[in-house]
Amino acid sequence: MKLARRRSLRQGLRFIAACLLTVMFLFPIYWLFMISFKTADEIFAYPPVWWPESIQFGNYLVLFKDGDAATVGNSLIVAGVSTIIAMVLGTICAYSLARYKTGGEHLANWIISQRMVPPIAVVFPIFLLYVWFGWVDTYFGLILLYTAFNLPYVIWMMRGYILDIPIALEQAALVDGYTRWQVLWKVVFPMCRAGLFATAIFTFVFAWNDFIFALVLTRTEVATYTVQVTHYFGGQSGFWAKISAMSVLGTLPIFIVVAFMQKYLVRGISLGAVKG
Amino acid sequence: MADLKISKLDKFYGSVHAVRGVDLEIPAGEFTVLVGQSGCGKSTLLRTIAGLEDISSGTIEIAGEVVNDLAPKDRDIAMVFQNYALYPYMKVYDNIAFGLRARKTPRDEIEEKVQRAAKMLAIDHLLDRYPRQLSGGQLQRVAIGRAVVRNARLYLFDEPLSNLDAQLRDEMRGEIKRLHQELGKTMIYVTHDQIEAMTMADRIVLLRDGRIEQAGAPLDLYERPATRYVAGFLGSPSMNFIPAILTSMDNGLAVRFSDGNLLALPADRTEGVTAYRDKGITLGVRPEHISRASDNAVRPGVVNLEVTIDLVQPTGSRTYATFLLGGVETVAELKSHDVSAPGQSVNLAFDMNRIVLIDPDSEKVM
Repeated sequence: MKLARRRSLRQGLRFIAACLLTVMFLFPIYWLFMISFKTADEIFAYPPVWWPESIQFGNYLVLFKDGDAATVGNSLIVAGVSTIIAMVLGTICAYSLARYKTGGEHLANWIISQRMVPPIAVVFPIFLLYVWFGWVDTYFGLILLYTAFNLPYVIWMMRGYILDIPIALEQAALVDGYTRWQVLWKVVFPMCRAGLFATAIFTFVFAWNDFIFALVLTRTEVATYTVQVTHYFGGQSGFWAKISAMSVLGTLPIFIVVAFMQKYLVRGISLGAVKG
Repeated sequence: MADLKISKLDKFYGSVHAVRGVDLEIPAGEFTVLVGQSGCGKSTLLRTIAGLEDISSGTIEIAGEVVNDLAPKDRDIAMVFQNYALYPYMKVYDNIAFGLRARKTPRDEIEEKVQRAAKMLAIDHLLDRYPRQLSGGQLQRVAIGRAVVRNARLYLFDEPLSNLDAQLRDEMRGEIKRLHQELGKTMIYVTHDQIEAMTMADRIVLLRDGRIEQAGAPLDLYERPATRYVAGFLGSPSMNFIPAILTSMDNGLAVRFSDGNLLALPADRTEGVTAYRDKGITLGVRPEHISRASDNAVRPGVVNLEVTIDLVQPTGSRTYATFLLGGVETVAELKSHDVSAPGQSVNLAFDMNRIVLIDPDSEKVM
């Protein structure tokens, strides 16, 4: 009896803690969305307006009319293309490391160490290099950089997922008449599908959220939305309506991707967790 | 003509010499079992035949063609793996059809072949299921089905039954053997289980430390082992090995144990061993060749000895009785009610026609 009561008490406390945490994490998102729908008066009203009088899309309309929203398109192109390239190259490299022991046992460790370089340490040398090559403010420049930065992560993650595939599955396919490339396509990819999606999402999010490289390496042509948002902070005041609307536009793609891929994301992450 | 010919095959893993100069010829249609303890190189040998491992030196010929540098897919082999190697994201049907699709087989031919193989293995009602919905025995049937549809020249089995429980293993053993009779294909089967080897093989190749210890028909190896290792490996419970000295007795020879007991050798077993007179030897006697002595019937070559039983293990059909002979725990396989309790003194009959004498230095059978 006593035990049961203690257990239900613990259950209740856990529930309250979970609710508090959820509110803590969700509130900023709620606030961001609300501001983007508010009029200028409502944004600065005191006491704060928790729910705007009428949902209005004026803040968004301005972004599209001025062409600011195109920066979200730039982000999509740069993050999307670099993710695809990094995933294709990275998975092939990972397969080679996992199955052919390319470069010995420790090459993988060296590769992941490249990912630990703080961006700020390399951004200026890269900038000078890019000026030299004439790659500043080009899609090519940013895509190349994000691909290079994400490759170690993709290789490291995919190597882990590939090592988890029982090698007999691949050997059975080889004996059954498939080539290595076909084995990759018909056995390895389906076997680590969850891992592929999870890795791709993280890769995409890194490129999507990047600020420092985009700030230094773009001007106007291919500025990403993260850079664009900073343009709304003035010396005296910030254009909160634009900032919030832009931020919502920047959050939505990730929101949608994660919502649809949640199944793979969770399974992909826990796949890695089991291996440790 | 030999379907498979292996000459002077060597395989190194770094500094480990896994396969040492193996020569082997396997005639078409034969069921060959590679057997040995784990680490003896049997699986490695099988995988080099499949092309999954490179070889360090030597040649492998399949149907007269040297395949050393051929990819596995070009060797015309089918293989069944220990852990089934079924694709969890494919239905049973697609798993079986997988190899046919690689070879661009027409759709209706695939359908027909898969159905026929599934019927043969009694899994035709499972074709729409996923592997995770099947039991271990069913999974193994699917794995075999995938090999069977291929109509390959050579079928390789890598310990396919070791993941099954004992009862299922007995059942599948019979089925694989029946499959071999129906298909008449050349099959090479790897196992560490001597019972599997004995029951299934047309020919056993017993490996030890990367070398062939002895090869031949199962009963040949069982009755005429070439070495102490072979004698001890085959048979369950395994052969008793008792150190003794070969001495003269009457007009013939006998073995004398350290406890003074004497067992006379039949005249026809003295040939070729006289050189060992008064020297140490090892006597090998199988448990089933020791029986309870009957009072009257005296058979030639059968010698009686009074011993004290110190352990009784009934199995139902037979009873294993352990006693001390020449300082060694010796097992006799007796009839169920021949002995009742430890401590009992019984008269046992040793069938000296069936014993082996082993040179303790070279471990070879004389």
